[in-house]
Amino acid sequence: MTAALEISSLSYAYPDGSPALRGVDLHVARGERVAILGPNGAGKTTLVLHLNGILHGGDGSVRVGGLAVEPQDRARLMEIRRRVGIVFQDPDDQLFMPTVAEDVAFGPANLGLRGADLAERVDEALAAVDMADYRTRAPHHLSFGQRRRVAVATVLAMRPEILVLDEPSSNLDPASRRELSQILRAQPVTLLMVTHDLPYALELCPRSVILDAGRVVADGPTVELLADEALMRQHRLELPYGFDPALAAAQIGSLHQ
Amino acid sequence: MSGGHAHPLHLHRDSPVHRLAPEAKILATVLFTVVVVVTPRTEFWAFAGYALLLAAVAAAARVPAGWLAKRATIELPFVLLAVALPFAGHGERVTWLGMSLSVDGLYGAWNIAAKGTLGVLTSLLLAATTTVRDLIYGLDRLRCPQVFVQIATFMLRYLDILADDARRMRVARLSRGYDPRFLWQVKAFAVGVGALFLRTYERGERVYLAMVSRGYTGRLPVPDAGGATAVQWAASPALPAAAACVALVAVLR
Repeated sequence: MTAALEISSLSYAYPDGSPALRGVDLHVARGERVAILGPNGAGKTTLVLHLNGILHGGDGSVRVGGLAVEPQDRARLMEIRRRVGIVFQDPDDQLFMPTVAEDVAFGPANLGLRGADLAERVDEALAAVDMADYRTRAPHHLSFGQRRRVAVATVLAMRPEILVLDEPSSNLDPASRRELSQILRAQPVTLLMVTHDLPYALELCPRSVILDAGRVVADGPTVELLADEALMRQHRLELPYGFDPALAAAQIGSLHQ
Repeated sequence: MSGGHAHPLHLHRDSPVHRLAPEAKILATVLFTVVVVVTPRTEFWAFAGYALLLAAVAAAARVPAGWLAKRATIELPFVLLAVALPFAGHGERVTWLGMSLSVDGLYGAWNIAAKGTLGVLTSLLLAATTTVRDLIYGLDRLRCPQVFVQIATFMLRYLDILADDARRMRVARLSRGYDPRFLWQVKAFAVGVGALFLRTYERGERVYLAMVSRGYTGRLPVPDAGGATAVQWAASPALPAAAACVALVAVLR
């Protein structure tokens, strides 16, 4: 069985010459949930934009479900963008159509779906994030948590194999945060989550990768990485005051047995 | 399609005019306005006829006269300009209530006031019976260039966000003791406008990235729903055709 995602020695420098990625290797198996952690400026977002070929041009390769990302091949790029669904940090960047349903339909319509098939995708995706009652609403009339959920739906409507989320818990109140984690946990996809919210990473992702200065500096079970104080300090990662990762992991484990 | 996009010029009702396809209404509005504008200004009866036609449409659309009148005040600055014409005009003059008025200027003022009012009322009726969203759909189906339709779509979506941004920045300025009362304090405002432009520009880039990630290739998908039926297309010229008849009768009389 091919891995969901294979990144090997991926490098990238911004046009001004500053290096953002310096040889990233990452393999993710199908159905895995992986958190990408790291301080600001570590290259996390740059890495994400490589997953669907928006950024390219450096050394190394990215393969999604065995298919190499080749920016020159338009048809293949479309297939890659179907397979990799990215939910961006600010839902207002993602939701640009006048109504929720139209926005959710945007992705699948770009894939060539029309009529009943398209409507089915929209219904399915909105139901998956529990927003089916809001289909005719304008995105800016929704709460932030609702917008984030719709943003997830816009990507789910393309039936991706890998769901990539950039800071999914940012600006959410605790209830919205919990609702989102329940929704994400229920999706039968490979999940990649870029976040500074370490408890959220622990809650959702059994495995974590720490990225710093464009390199993968640690890769292992989330609870072990978070418990390694020296490693955490070295890469400017800090747990919330009073948070004990081992205790939390035990609680989460009993919760999801 | 009543979702969310209420704007102050839209009156949410259910009427035959509301249900008419937007492209048919846009076409009717444009044609009617053209007929009004090309009518010679001396055909007073024709203008009365147009007003009656509009009143009939307003009644069919269940738009109250007071509602229309209040919003038609947007026209006032232009009409004020017209008021000056009889005094400033040249040529033959008449005396009325002790004022010497130019005949040509009077005709000019009447021309502006009558055609302007009819035009404003027509636009208001279109706006009252059609949501912005439907207007954009209508323009798209009338084969308006994609670029304009897309710009209008984005404007519709992001105008509120932009206004919110501007408001938050203003509140943040005020919270730091900014008290814009004097001209030399305009600098902070100007810098704020610049910052807003940069923010918008950056947001544009992020929106584009998010669109490309979902397979955008330069064309927005066309919604399959709706479109004017043959009956609606047939009904749409009713207003301009009636107006054209009024104009013909008046001119040939």
